[in-house]
Amino acid sequence: MRFMLLQSYGETESRCPPVTEWRPEDIRAHVDFQIALNAELTQRGELVDAQGLAGPEQAKFVIAANGSGGAPVVTDGPYPETKELLAGYRIVDVESTERAVEIAAQVSAAPGPDGVPVRATIEVRQVMSAPDPEV
Amino acid sequence: MTAGVGIEGLLRELAPQALGAVTRRYGHFADAEDAVQEALVAAATSWPVDGVPEKPLGWLVRVASRRMADLYRSDEARRRREDLAASWSIAPAEPAPAADDSILLMFLSCHPTLSPGAAIPLTLRAVAGLTTREIAAAFLVPETTMAQRISRAKAKLRAEEEPFRMPSAAERGERLASVLHVLYLLFNEGYATSGGPELARTDLSGEAIRLARMVRAALPEDPEVAGLLTLMLLTDARRPARTDAGGELVPLAEQDRTRWDRALIAEGLALVTEALRAGRMGEYQLQAAIAAVHDQAPSHGETEWSQILALYSRLEQLTGNPMVTLNRAVAAAMVDGPGAGLTLLAGLEERLGDHRRLHSVRAHLLEQAGDTAGAAAEFAAAAARTDNLREQRYLTTRAARAVTPPGP
Repeated sequence: MRFMLLQSYGETESRCPPVTEWRPEDIRAHVDFQIALNAELTQRGELVDAQGLAGPEQAKFVIAANGSGGAPVVTDGPYPETKELLAGYRIVDVESTERAVEIAAQVSAAPGPDGVPVRATIEVRQVMSAPDPEV
Repeated sequence: MTAGVGIEGLLRELAPQALGAVTRRYGHFADAEDAVQEALVAAATSWPVDGVPEKPLGWLVRVASRRMADLYRSDEARRRREDLAASWSIAPAEPAPAADDSILLMFLSCHPTLSPGAAIPLTLRAVAGLTTREIAAAFLVPETTMAQRISRAKAKLRAEEEPFRMPSAAERGERLASVLHVLYLLFNEGYATSGGPELARTDLSGEAIRLARMVRAALPEDPEVAGLLTLMLLTDARRPARTDAGGELVPLAEQDRTRWDRALIAEGLALVTEALRAGRMGEYQLQAAIAAVHDQAPSHGETEWSQILALYSRLEQLTGNPMVTLNRAVAAAMVDGPGAGLTLLAGLEERLGDHRRLHSVRAHLLEQAGDTAGAAAEFAAAAARTDNLREQRYLTTRAARAVTPPGP
């Protein structure tokens, strides 16, 4: 079963400040944690993909023109509802939903300032698979 | 050697033979598998340049044996290595019978301690001779992830220290069931993803059929082996009609039966008849028999539904699986009308709960019964619970169609 674990810029349970306000050593520890976690997931044969996204300042919001032939409406960032934006994701291929939740809990416990776990909310979503052969 | 197969095909064919030979001589299946992988990589690099050696199997076994010897550097292992090296250089013996080895490898790589998710890729590499890259591409994961998954499976087997021989008679039933289950899942994996944008993926159903043929060659008397192979052939025969030009699913009832593969059907029918004659009924034979009834029917309406209903009843008694009851409800509706099917479904709610298949079967039966609003709601409920995209599109379309009569 394949799952996408999503993390947004929303407020975390530890109420930690945005990463831009962290001390360099805390950022380093956080990044090291992510790298080690990815290595562990690869070693377990579970990691499909892991990506962080460029900041909301670079985001563009695109809506098709109303009617044919017009140019699409493009809005540049930053965007007022930054908290709802996706910060990064992992895709894992695991044996069970329980295992995906377990990984999400690990992700959520990534260290923040002074090594205190960030406790971010991780959204766990199953990726659509192929249909039953019986259909 | 078949002409025109190419080096890749040749290596695929020789891989299990080489692995069988090396495991026979040294034991240690997991290490032997590593060594043979390296030999295969060496062959894939050098044969296209230097030409295929006169005895390609002997070449692979020799290179893998050298690698095996390198792995064991203790004094004892060195002595053994030297003995072996000597024996190889004096008499490059042709390895043992390949059919026997394939089934032994299959018993190892489909070991009951492995989850199907681990057993499937290991089987594909060790027995089907696929490369890690091909397997990774087929399952859409990075090659390093797949390589690790296979090593972890082998690490588990190492702990088992399983000897390289036929399981005892007492064990064989359970072990064979495990092999057949893995092949069944592998076939489904390939069948489910065939067609549409996934066409470029390695043909996993084809690999499952090839492996099932290997098992059958080793155990020709086993009716369940024949049953599983038949089930695969009869299901695969419908593959050309299962998706439309746009890659969308076409349900059995609406498939263009002229596009079914008649040669596969003929082969499957001959096999299933022979298997059923053995008189030892099992799950795969029953499923094959059901597939056979479908494949012989000129149309959905002209299917021998009473026969299908009887077969599902036997399968239900044998397995106690509520999903089988669900299929029996579909057959019952075809024989005795939608009311009979809906009655059977009512008893399933407690066991299946909110399952998408329960919703989708109920939707079809309500539609047959003329309850369009009820059918639309059930199609929508099934669509919300499915975990696959094509099925979701199909169910959403059916939900819309149930309430909107087709245009002129």
